[in-house]
Amino acid sequence: MATNPMKIRAANKDGVTEVKVLISHEMETGQRKDSAGAVIPAWFITDLTAKHNDKVVLTSEFGTSISKNPFLAFRFKGGAKGDKIVVSWKDNKGETRTDEAAIA
Amino acid sequence: MNNQRRNVLKSGSGAALLSVLAAAGIITPGVALADWNKAAFEAKNMADTLKAMGATTPADSKDVQLTAPDIAENGAVVPIGVASTLPNVTMVAIMIEKNPSTLAATFTLPAGTEPNIQTRVKMGQTSNIFAVVKSDGKFFMTSKEIKVTMGGCGG
Repeated sequence: MATNPMKIRAANKDGVTEVKVLISHEMETGQRKDSAGAVIPAWFITDLTAKHNDKVVLTSEFGTSISKNPFLAFRFKGGAKGDKIVVSWKDNKGETRTDEAAIA
Repeated sequence: MNNQRRNVLKSGSGAALLSVLAAAGIITPGVALADWNKAAFEAKNMADTLKAMGATTPADSKDVQLTAPDIAENGAVVPIGVASTLPNVTMVAIMIEKNPSTLAATFTLPAGTEPNIQTRVKMGQTSNIFAVVKSDGKFFMTSKEIKVTMGGCGG
């Protein structure tokens, strides 16, 4: 299934850049059953990496407890207006997605 | 900096546990991911999760702040924030004691990234949430109980 782009917002204030990411993903736990009683297989993001230009500013591992359409906010020192923020994720089916945004 | 150590930890205790699970037919090898700490994410309680992460028992610390609602009306979306004033925080983890898998997420923070993370988690029932941080190689945590009222049938 094609995935929708991530929404990434990054803003620098007083030398600290705050990044907010909203990912479009089902984050299915593997605990639920469909109307026929069959278990819906787990499908969730396992790894996420955020980069500022080419420098990694956050790596993360997710489990099934993260909500559907995950939201993530974090802050790092530095960053300037126009710098590139690149976020990529990988899910347990091996699908990946990378999106980028500029610091506002 | 910590990547090598993490890999060693994963290939050590993690691999041993994985092979046991695979042998028992609980998981199929094809599903297992190479670079994801499966053992930690499949652990069912705090002690096993911490062990799989290679963490020692964290000390309670007031310098770890967990921001979360007292009552979550919708267990599917519970906003969680973790912040800390401890120095050199390299790792932040969020754990939900009574979820099917305790560990919700881990965040590895390179130098320059502040220990201030917000995300949203799912909670199956009222439970304690633990925020664990690694500062200067030591583990600290704080916890908070969040009551989940699902569809008005709980309290």
